[in-house]
Amino acid sequence: MSGRARAVTVVRTSTANLASVLTGFERLGCTVRTTADPGEVAAADRLVLPGVGAFAAARRAIASHGLEDALRERIQRGHPTLGICLGMQLMAHGSEEAPGVAGLGVLDGVVGSYESGEEGWRVPQMGWNLVTPAEGCEIVPRGYAYFANSYRLTAAPGDWLPVWCEYAGRFLAAVERGPVVGCQFHPELSGDYGKALLTRWLEA
Amino acid sequence: MLPVRIIPCLDVRDGRVVKGVKFRGLTDQGDPAALARAYEEQGADEVVVLDVTATPERRGTRLDTVAAVRARLSVPLTVGGGIGGIEDAAALLEAGADKVAVNTAALRRPALLTDLAARFGSQCVVASIDALGSGGGGRGGDSGYEVVVRSGTERVARDAVAWAREAVERGAGEILLTSIDRDGTRSGYELVLLRAVRSVVHVPIVASGGADSPEHMADAVRAGADAVLAASIFHQGNWTVEGVKAALTGLGVSVRPGYSGVGETARTVEGAA
Repeated sequence: MSGRARAVTVVRTSTANLASVLTGFERLGCTVRTTADPGEVAAADRLVLPGVGAFAAARRAIASHGLEDALRERIQRGHPTLGICLGMQLMAHGSEEAPGVAGLGVLDGVVGSYESGEEGWRVPQMGWNLVTPAEGCEIVPRGYAYFANSYRLTAAPGDWLPVWCEYAGRFLAAVERGPVVGCQFHPELSGDYGKALLTRWLEA
Repeated sequence: MLPVRIIPCLDVRDGRVVKGVKFRGLTDQGDPAALARAYEEQGADEVVVLDVTATPERRGTRLDTVAAVRARLSVPLTVGGGIGGIEDAAALLEAGADKVAVNTAALRRPALLTDLAARFGSQCVVASIDALGSGGGGRGGDSGYEVVVRSGTERVARDAVAWAREAVERGAGEILLTSIDRDGTRSGYELVLLRAVRSVVHVPIVASGGADSPEHMADAVRAGADAVLAASIFHQGNWTVEGVKAALTGLGVSVRPGYSGVGETARTVEGAA
């Protein structure tokens, strides 16, 4: 891996805690910087869009920093980008969590909620679940990944490769299209599995 | 149901891991970051750090501890102890916690749970409930378990099961349920309490207090726990997390297998062929 490939830029738009993401990449030998600047988001070699918290607030933060076009463009052009948890959901058209709030719209589908209280299925989904990448996936491995979510995508993701998982029905654990990846789970909290995923992404 | 999470708990005082019995008689058990890393390597699914003597003057120490643990830990980290309000929680999350466990402050002002969930999401907010009693209630919503605070030293005249239900309604995404009567006694989790809380909440429950063996953990899972927390049996070397997981698999409880590298075929955890 070249020194250049080890530079990672993390979008910082709100009070969401970034320590796990930052230390996760630092442990892999990356230099990590954070930014909320559209020019830096556009120019970053490798960009991470993390996300914890509410869809509407995160979406507003992206808008208030003027990051939409830069994010959409680098995703459409296939520049290395990793959306994590809410960061993946923000790539979709919208979310039941925030009706009327548009997502970035680069990933088909609307994020839906789990049916709360279904027999044996706790909401939030909190813990490790087995994810299964479709034929052709090169970044997301098969294995147990850590989830902490109440919402998820379920539709087939159009021109993205899907990574499926089961929790009260099938849902999208991740999507990939070249070096652009969205993960509903948290690779930075998924131990050795997560390190394998992040290493592949850094090399993609 | 997901694989049951095995969660070593680090009770921390002044930057060191300690352990007592029924929250008293604390003895030194080691460095938090080193222990957390060792437990991850053994297969821990998550680590909980509880600052058992958190006071306002010591909050800086606590943030240093959380940052040091975070730097070495790549599985989820829940931090609790002395979280007085939203700014305390924000500082802990900024330092590296993934979830915050709130106890006394939420009882004093239940809307704190709602505020935390609105700002950070329910998946970040754990209601930590210390319950005293051994069941046997029944009249007028009395479960036989009452909530205690300040590390078990102060009673608040609140039914533990009713409080669990309210905490979830207000925004908690998980319940960390500790039996004070069982804490450090190694006599098994308080199963009646677990069943009672399970019947009123849909969020994950972490069972805490009393673990001495994988059999105890399997009992807790059957009573409705989604995760089992333990301290003494791990710190004192009676069990490794790996050993516990192997034993639980033998007892028919699904656990997360270790990740053996790219290209592995994941094993099924329940009665692998």
